[in-house]
Amino acid sequence: MSLAQLLFYIMAFIAIASALFVASTANLVRSIFMFFVTLFALAGLYVLALADFVAITQIVIYVGGILVLILFAFMLSGKETLNAIGQQPGRFISIKTLPAFLLAGLFLIVLVNMILKADADNLAWVKKAAVTKNMILPGSAMTENIGINLMTKYLLPFEAISVLLMVALIGAAHLSRKGEKQ
Amino acid sequence: MITLTDFLIVSAALFCVGLYMIVSKQNAIQILIGIELMLNAAILNLVAFGKYDRLNNGGQIFALFAIVLAAATTAVALAIILNVYKQYKTIDPGKIDKLRD
Repeated sequence: MSLAQLLFYIMAFIAIASALFVASTANLVRSIFMFFVTLFALAGLYVLALADFVAITQIVIYVGGILVLILFAFMLSGKETLNAIGQQPGRFISIKTLPAFLLAGLFLIVLVNMILKADADNLAWVKKAAVTKNMILPGSAMTENIGINLMTKYLLPFEAISVLLMVALIGAAHLSRKGEKQ
Repeated sequence: MITLTDFLIVSAALFCVGLYMIVSKQNAIQILIGIELMLNAAILNLVAFGKYDRLNNGGQIFALFAIVLAAATTAVALAIILNVYKQYKTIDPGKIDKLRD
């Protein structure tokens, strides 16, 4: 087993174990902090899939932006909010969560079955990519590739997403304004 | 060698954990984290397949756009959750059941 494979198993185990902890704990703050660990493990998995720029973007935007935003929104609420939503009732395995368990478990069985049947490594275009030099090798310059593609082939989604970010900014700022005194 | 199937199975497991959180949690912020988990599973899927598409690089670029969209979604969702809390004084989705004020 090579070092890359060993690292992959370690990162995958950390990601799935911390995701299970996030799902099972009733304390909201603990689940947010364990989600940090999940996102870092996922960034490690992206590096192993030879997507280094996506991994750095994940750490900067997802961990450093979105999770910090969730933490701020939760921690800077008033004291009543913290008491009301900090601790949730109910245990992980109880009769009320049984339908959710069944749904998630059966869907996992369906997905894994489909993945094993699809046999993604032997798809025609995947095998052709290795032959026609269309595969990303560990030494390729991906940032330059992303930059060139983003400015030529994917220019329209790039501009559209900047408009969408402006709309989301205006929407979030408007929704969280202080209302008039009644 | 890390095969494509390994990545897909990890992505499926994370997706199902996120699905469990969305269906069973009684806290709107934990539901939001479940949605983020599902998004991350999909982005892992995209990046895993993107390894075999160097010229068009559709996988990694789509993954970048998905991360940006997740950020926009989370910001607006948090603003909505805070507004709902101001109105209903609870964020249990089971108790938020009126359409009017």
